[in-house]
Amino acid sequence: MNGSRAASLTVAWRFASLRVEGFPWIPALILGTIAFVAIFANVLAPYNPEIGALGDRFRPPAWQAGGSEAHLLGTDHVGRDVLSRLIFGARVSMVVGFTAVIVAGIIGTVLGIVSGYLGGWVDQVIMRVTDTWLALPALTFAIFLAAVVGPSEMNIVIILGAVYWTRYARVIRGEVLSLRERDFVRLAIVAGCSKKTIMRRHILPNVLNSAIVLGTLMLGVVIVTEAALSFLGVGVPPPKPAWGLMLADGKKGLMAGYWWLTVLPGVCIMLMVLSANLLGDWLRVKLDPQLRQL
Amino acid sequence: MSALLEVSGLCTQYVSQRGTRVTRAVDEVSFTLEAGRTLGIVGESGSGKTTLALTLMRLLPPAAKIAAGSVRFDGEELLTKPEHQMRDIRGKRMAMILQDPMASLNPLFTVGDQIAETLRAHEATPRRTAWAKARDLLAAVNIAAPDRRVGEYPHELSGGMRQRVVGAIGISCGPRLLIADEPTTSLDVTIQAQYLKLLGDLQREHGLAMIFITHNLGIVARMCDQVAVMYAGRLVEAGPVRSIFNEPAHPYTRALIESIPKFGDAAERLTAIEGQPPDPAALPPGCAFHPRCPFVVDQCRAEAPPETQIAARHRARCWVATPAPAGALKG
Repeated sequence: MNGSRAASLTVAWRFASLRVEGFPWIPALILGTIAFVAIFANVLAPYNPEIGALGDRFRPPAWQAGGSEAHLLGTDHVGRDVLSRLIFGARVSMVVGFTAVIVAGIIGTVLGIVSGYLGGWVDQVIMRVTDTWLALPALTFAIFLAAVVGPSEMNIVIILGAVYWTRYARVIRGEVLSLRERDFVRLAIVAGCSKKTIMRRHILPNVLNSAIVLGTLMLGVVIVTEAALSFLGVGVPPPKPAWGLMLADGKKGLMAGYWWLTVLPGVCIMLMVLSANLLGDWLRVKLDPQLRQL
Repeated sequence: MSALLEVSGLCTQYVSQRGTRVTRAVDEVSFTLEAGRTLGIVGESGSGKTTLALTLMRLLPPAAKIAAGSVRFDGEELLTKPEHQMRDIRGKRMAMILQDPMASLNPLFTVGDQIAETLRAHEATPRRTAWAKARDLLAAVNIAAPDRRVGEYPHELSGGMRQRVVGAIGISCGPRLLIADEPTTSLDVTIQAQYLKLLGDLQREHGLAMIFITHNLGIVARMCDQVAVMYAGRLVEAGPVRSIFNEPAHPYTRALIESIPKFGDAAERLTAIEGQPPDPAALPPGCAFHPRCPFVVDQCRAEAPPETQIAARHRARCWVATPAPAGALKG
């Protein structure tokens, strides 16, 4: 009697802990902080990130000799406050990262569903285009596109969407191939539903899980690519404070000992990408078994 | 009464990708079905039952093609109809229940949504009306508390209820013909009995014609007016249930009936049919059943038997078919 009660308690405890077990608190916290900072950038930043004072050039962070309380993380080559630029840079990374992932996700999911469900020559065409796309090195392709359309935040989103939709298309198509054989899809066919209705009502909701997981995993890739493009001067145009751009500006000062201009934005990029990947991994594992069961 | 469904000389073939191998999955099948009656189609796995059903609905996979024949439904030829007209017929005038009704519901939508979907696919019904109709349909298939159930998801219902929901979707647009492709194979016996009773009730209330595809002769005896026995894509014997069970003419039908276990026969081993069903891509010449047939004569090996009339409305394809005297059969 007592034993069985203890056993059921253990089971209950295990279920309770299952919910939080393995949740990546630290990555979630980091991403949450970055998102918070991005949203309230204009309140949090002590200075205007785009305007500097030439008299205050290359101030080191406050804790180093020569640093001052006025600029906690120092200033750059035109005297702009590094902390303020990092704070506003978070906004750029977040906005570009999320919108690009969504743009790529929409393109890829739609093409994946159409390709997988309709099959035949439609499938052939879409998948061959996808193959070709995947064969191109993503960064080179993005640089090429950026050179063609010119740098702006909006264009970066479009470019990243155009480069990265293929991964969604592949994964979603695979999922659709198994979904279309499921009985509820057959029942819809037998009941006289049109292909459009079936794709929208029966296929799309069932692949959303995968699309979301893929999205979190793509977030890191997209942010790194954005930083790389900005670093190469074909991304976010100056004087906007993007982390990649700050790296590019700071690299000349590295030899002169101005380490804070490169290390700090580098650490920001790394933390954000790492957090996004860890969170995505967790989500993938979490949703995967359910996906198989559904 | 004129026939609701008239199938004659229907042939469906699966053609391999290079076109070199042709599998005759449905071969010269003819039958008629009157409104409100039930036809049972029985046969082993791979005998072409499901392909026949899919041919009637024009839902064949791309590799299959209808080579010959005609399907007249309600006076209209179905095989020449364009796809968009077929879509109007499917679900509305001719509905189908799939092999595994348990898996036929989308886990992400409420039951009401899924019944309403079929209604809305065929008639421009406003959402509210469709939901009200969905609730009435749930009541019609004996689901308790339909007002509550209509807003629930499939996982909140028991297996038997899900089946009933699939039944409700089947009859939602008031079809004239319901094709049930082994609707009870995935069910346990008690739920099976309930479901069969429900289908019988629905048939009586709505004047449905039904085609019951199964390999369970017990179900056929209970549910059907007529039986068609399929072997290797052909209807080897067809006729009224009573006449087929009492006086089977084709050796295959006889063997099938003899292999049903009977009460009071505990000591005896079940009778099995010798051999394996033939590979449909490489059928033996002549009658496809001849390698397994105990009554085989030379003619069977050389020539496929034509259809012969055994009794009123009772046909068989066999060279040696004669109405077997009832006493020759066990039981």
